[in-house]
Amino acid sequence: MRGLSKLGRRLVGDAPPRVLWSLALLLAVLLVAPAALGKYWLSVLILVLYFAYVGQAWNILMGFAGQLSLGHALYAGLGGYIAAGLYFHYGIGPWAGLFAGVAAAAAAGAVVGFLGFRFSLAGVYFALLTIAFSEFTRLAFDHWAWAGGSGGLFLKVGSGSDLWNLRGGAVMFYYLILALSVGAFVLCRLLLQSRIGQYWLAIREDAEAAQAVGVPVLRAKMIAIVLSAALTALAGVWNAFYYNNLFPETAFAMGRSIEITLAPIIGGLGTLFGPFVGAVVLTGLGEAFTDVGEVLKVPGIKQIFYGLALLVIVMYRPAGVWPWLADRLGLKERQR
Amino acid sequence: MSGARLELNAIGKSFRGLRAVHDVSFAVPAGTIQALIGPNGAGKTTIFNMIAGVFAPDLGTVTLDGRVISGLRPDRICDAGVGRTFQLVKPFKGLSVLENVTIGALHRRPDLGAARDHAAAILSRLGLHDRRHQLAESLTLPDRKRLEVARALATDPKLLLLDEVMAGLRPTEVDVMVAFLRELNASTGLTILLIEHVMRAVMALAAHIVVVSSGEKIAEGAPQDVVRNQAVLDVYLGEPEDA
Repeated sequence: MRGLSKLGRRLVGDAPPRVLWSLALLLAVLLVAPAALGKYWLSVLILVLYFAYVGQAWNILMGFAGQLSLGHALYAGLGGYIAAGLYFHYGIGPWAGLFAGVAAAAAAGAVVGFLGFRFSLAGVYFALLTIAFSEFTRLAFDHWAWAGGSGGLFLKVGSGSDLWNLRGGAVMFYYLILALSVGAFVLCRLLLQSRIGQYWLAIREDAEAAQAVGVPVLRAKMIAIVLSAALTALAGVWNAFYYNNLFPETAFAMGRSIEITLAPIIGGLGTLFGPFVGAVVLTGLGEAFTDVGEVLKVPGIKQIFYGLALLVIVMYRPAGVWPWLADRLGLKERQR
Repeated sequence: MSGARLELNAIGKSFRGLRAVHDVSFAVPAGTIQALIGPNGAGKTTIFNMIAGVFAPDLGTVTLDGRVISGLRPDRICDAGVGRTFQLVKPFKGLSVLENVTIGALHRRPDLGAARDHAAAILSRLGLHDRRHQLAESLTLPDRKRLEVARALATDPKLLLLDEVMAGLRPTEVDVMVAFLRELNASTGLTILLIEHVMRAVMALAAHIVVVSSGEKIAEGAPQDVVRNQAVLDVYLGEPEDA
């Protein structure tokens, strides 16, 4: 019990009551949302939470530890493919299969991390390494019969709801991704309030100075990438069972990796609320411009507007939307 | 010279065939303040980097309290009890002053709370307490130098390496830093090795001075002897003082 209350104190920290109340209210709204929302809005909200979650996972590596990965589709793809493949071939349920998927992704993260960090690849060179691994894996899966090759892997769509095999409707997947998002948020908050979180920030700011004050730089970076990969793999498992199909061309696509980075970049790198705020902004803009595109009937107009909107945000709020918003809300730097 | 806190035994280092440091030996007894001086490019910072583990010496060894530390990684050398500052200051810019020092303090403290308390105490002693919630990037250069010292001190070193912490300070600020270091040494017995160009600070602090030039030690001794040494006068003090 004492451990639990200590954990609680660390979680709450010096957050002002109005922030806690707002968060509680937001959570309550999200919990009852499916009852009030139609199919369309529920699917939009699912997208928001998905991007908030994978953004949070990616943010551990980039936002906290300062290491740019442009290959996170690798981890999501591995998680999804392995859990789906085990279910498809052997009937092993996703709750068991996810352990294999997460372990594979964590191992892949460890390999990428070790090669990159041990040999001091920094910045764009590390990013290139992450892209390369993601691309290799895409090519391998293209030719791997067990995973369905380039023709893809399809899960049977059953009727009714079966939580144990993750067969069911949008509401079930909504609550799963909500649980993941909340869990990742809490985990990241705890990490930032702990030794390893502080070490990551120090490495992000200046690795040489960090090492001089005793930070074991290589180990801390390895923990960041393995954890980030493992969390991303969970999103991959969720994704595979939600959409019921997997193709190497999309699961390991460069675009998928970029997509993962957008919410935290738009929302605010290295901030706890950034991925969520960014996901709301991005999904909102995406849906709005889809409507605009349908009204204007100009093909591709959605992408153009969407790109321009991102450009404007990055130009005028280079630190992200959340730090600016937090300022407006009168929150202090350390309370974000 | 047993019983020395720090001992350099004939260390040498070359970069791409260029000899940066050659056969340098000296010792720093526990509890003393010692200065390492020499013209620009003499190899002072290279010597510091070998002590702090940024790179290992090609030849020779560095020992701390009799234990060989050369060849260890910088974080291990921090474990062993060496704290250092950087000549070109390296604050964690995007973090607050308190967070900067807290990260140093985490090294030997069980949790963040204890580290924060320790960091706050150190910031008070260095006169940075009022600025603790500012981002490090918003500090002026003198304050960044102070932050650099605070962060190194927070790791509870047995030996503190200070690389030109007086450079860029006004004379009155130099006096404040000198008084602080002297008081620190007197009250805690902390051993300090400093690289310094500001002779006013060197003469006020150091009981013993080591002079290097072109990568080699050319003299060492008490300050009053060193400043009269002809070899030293030729290479170093003969130049216009850049204090």
